[in-house]
Amino acid sequence: MPLLDFSPLLHGQFLDWLLAGVRLSLLLTLFALCLALPLGTLIALARLAPFAPLRAVAWGYVEAVRNVPLLAHMLFWYFAVPELLPDGLKAWLYAGHIEAVAALAALVTYTAAYMAEDVRSGLRSVPQGQWLAARALGLRHRDAMRWIVLPQALRATVPPLISQTLNLWKNTSIATVVGAAELMYQAQRVETASFRGFETFALATATYLGVSLLITAAGVLYQRRYPARPAAR
Amino acid sequence: MSVLEMIDTYWLYVLIGQYPNGPLGGLALTVLLAGSGLLLALPLGVLLGVARVSPRALVRRPVTALVYGVRGTPLLMVVFWAYFFLPAVTGHKTDQFNTMLAALVIFDAAYLAEIVRAGLQSLPDGQWQAARALGMSRGQALRLVLLPQALRHMLPSLVNQFASTIKATSLGTIIGLSELSFIAGQVNAQVLVQPVAVYGTLALCYFVMCFGLSQWAQGMERRSRV
Repeated sequence: MPLLDFSPLLHGQFLDWLLAGVRLSLLLTLFALCLALPLGTLIALARLAPFAPLRAVAWGYVEAVRNVPLLAHMLFWYFAVPELLPDGLKAWLYAGHIEAVAALAALVTYTAAYMAEDVRSGLRSVPQGQWLAARALGLRHRDAMRWIVLPQALRATVPPLISQTLNLWKNTSIATVVGAAELMYQAQRVETASFRGFETFALATATYLGVSLLITAAGVLYQRRYPARPAAR
Repeated sequence: MSVLEMIDTYWLYVLIGQYPNGPLGGLALTVLLAGSGLLLALPLGVLLGVARVSPRALVRRPVTALVYGVRGTPLLMVVFWAYFFLPAVTGHKTDQFNTMLAALVIFDAAYLAEIVRAGLQSLPDGQWQAARALGMSRGQALRLVLLPQALRHMLPSLVNQFASTIKATSLGTIIGLSELSFIAGQVNAQVLVQPVAVYGTLALCYFVMCFGLSQWAQGMERRSRV
């Protein structure tokens, strides 16, 4: 094994490339989280709606998305979806950062399906009595959900949502297949240009692991600060 | 080229790649890779899972660090490490199949370790105490009393892990392994005008396998609860 030398990677162009990659990875995570969380919540609500067709559609979405690898989602959003769009929109997309947009779309749809399941199990963890009491007080389904059940459910859902965020962070690496210039892509680029494979991938791995551990720590901290309460009777 | 013509031309290629005139590929390779990955990872996962609940800190701590490390790293990163490390360690170039297999085994073992740990911790304490009271050693208690029960509880999780592994094999595309997703890319490059049909079919192939497996796991879980 050759002697490890990180110095060529820690200044100049190579460092710039890697930092740009970290930035895009973080941005993808942040934007996808901000879009997937409300979408996932809506899907979870639809899965518990009193209207059966809505429930069926939401169930279909979750199953269809979760049983297909994220890589296939990325390829579909990158190669196939633009073909379905009107010409004007397509031209506009190809003029911009279509790779990043396709990756973001795939990450949002994929993460939303997983988050929907987390929110749904959070909703189901709220004791039935809360529902019945709200309804007995004359609240409609919508209001009982909004004022009584959802606020309690979301609190119970935070820990699984944090681990879903961790998955999202790791999943941004797959965006490299459509050429989005996130950390994985930039690491490969630096590796090709610098011939320092071990060092480059060690840096990239340390970055992924570092952010992962931060997210895990956030989860531990939350659980220590707000331990799960036994259901109120 | 119409969609029907496309299916007619490429179905065998999608199913088995260039086999028998070339390497096995496509759907068959995906299933073979996922199956052998999970089978090889299983004994390793059981070992790591048992070590995770060991009372000896010297055993427990490094394994815990390993599990956290692997689970905090994208699979793609593990694939690249396998790609670099295997030739450096073994001295000769490793082909894409074995690289991907090595990455999957490491990755699955870390996830299986957590499944095994949960399975072991879900057993009532009395099982341990009874086995020990009967004069069994720790190893015997684990092997004869605890693991058989834990493994039975784990079966549905294992089937789901198989579905995850099938999804994970798609990353082989990135190192040029001719599994299902790679073949889809090749078909798309040849047909050129039908990306929606090509990638829609790709998604459908994965869906049929993984949905089938997860439904099977759910059925198993329902039956075992009775």
